[in-house]
Amino acid sequence: MTHKEWPLYEVFIRSKAGLSHRHAGSIHAADDQMALDAARDTYTRRSEGISLWVVRSSEIVASDPAETSAFFEPAEDKIYRHPTFYEIPDGVENL
Amino acid sequence: MYTQGLDQKEQSSDKRDALESAADLEAFQKRIDAEQKIEAKDWMPAAYRRTLVRQISQHAHSEIIGMQPEGNWLTRAPTLKRKAILLAKVQDEAGHGLYLYGAGETLGTSRDEMIADLLSGKAKYSSIFNYPTLTWADMGAIGWLVDGAAIMNQIPLCRCSYGPYARAMVRICKEESFHQRQGFDIMRELCRGTDEQKAMAQDALNRWWWPSIMMFGPSDKDSKHSAQSMAWKIKRFSNDELRQKFIDVTVPQADFLGLRVPDDDLAFDDETGHYRFGAIDWSELNDVIAGNGPCNKQRIAKRRKAHDDGAWVREAAIAYGEKHATKAAA
Repeated sequence: MTHKEWPLYEVFIRSKAGLSHRHAGSIHAADDQMALDAARDTYTRRSEGISLWVVRSSEIVASDPAETSAFFEPAEDKIYRHPTFYEIPDGVENL
Repeated sequence: MYTQGLDQKEQSSDKRDALESAADLEAFQKRIDAEQKIEAKDWMPAAYRRTLVRQISQHAHSEIIGMQPEGNWLTRAPTLKRKAILLAKVQDEAGHGLYLYGAGETLGTSRDEMIADLLSGKAKYSSIFNYPTLTWADMGAIGWLVDGAAIMNQIPLCRCSYGPYARAMVRICKEESFHQRQGFDIMRELCRGTDEQKAMAQDALNRWWWPSIMMFGPSDKDSKHSAQSMAWKIKRFSNDELRQKFIDVTVPQADFLGLRVPDDDLAFDDETGHYRFGAIDWSELNDVIAGNGPCNKQRIAKRRKAHDDGAWVREAAIAYGEKHATKAAA
């Protein structure tokens, strides 16, 4: 039989209601359900979460670290997006 | 658990090193010096990548092989409570192995490649696991001393410059404290028991003390690759510093238990505030690393057998996954 490696999944855990899922690590599994089971056994042995996401690592589209500055640069000169850009005159409240 | 002298045995540099420009290397070192974390897809020197793959994979292998000495006593634990605790501890070791293989894979080496290197004997694991577990007290001594030494080694790794490794270590260190305490608890119970039980605890300490001390790796003067690992902030403290720290915190614990540390030269030095200790027999460590420890062959043979026996499960899981993927697509 030709040798096949189990695909890699990334694991995200919601630690409690009201918080977002957070990346915890990765896991190998042969299918989605087994990935969930393995992620539970590997990453939540001490009640670390109430919800799990697993997604095939190959399905994640990521920005290129080498392009970081060019990619995020357009946001840098728009300082007027921050409220601190604006001067508030003395005597004006609740603004 | 379980690192030991993992900064050793750097392989010779490969051809890619020559292609790295001085400017890239300098920029990389600047990031490290500024305490910036390096992430999987960031540019890194080939030697940095190699060092990490070796260290992380050997660390993972140590967790996996480390299940064997304790697994040996699972079915013979003295009570159901002790059995449940030991089972949870051994399961944690498997989990630690998986976190670490995952961190290692981010560097571009597959899980299967790493495991193949373990099974072929090319990759090392911590030599401590090549000692046999002869009595129940060894479960106590391993948790207390071996996991204790591992904690000393691993806490600084939580601040390692490589992000995925550092994050895996944070997770591991949180769990490790349970391991050490359950071991100390076993020792304490034995030391409060009959003379025979206390003698069993002393015997375990006698056999595990020196191997635990050696887990920190060769002394600094013989540790060739420490300087580079320190500069890259993979390593934060030298082997000898960590060893001294371990001895300083552990000897008072042995005193509390009423056990004698098997070192005639052990003495507290009022001037330095540290314990002085006797000469370490490095020939023993080197011999065990070279493959001549009491259990080297047994450990690898057992791992190979487990891997071979599990082959049909891995294949069946793949076939099942593919069948369901086809059904879902249809």
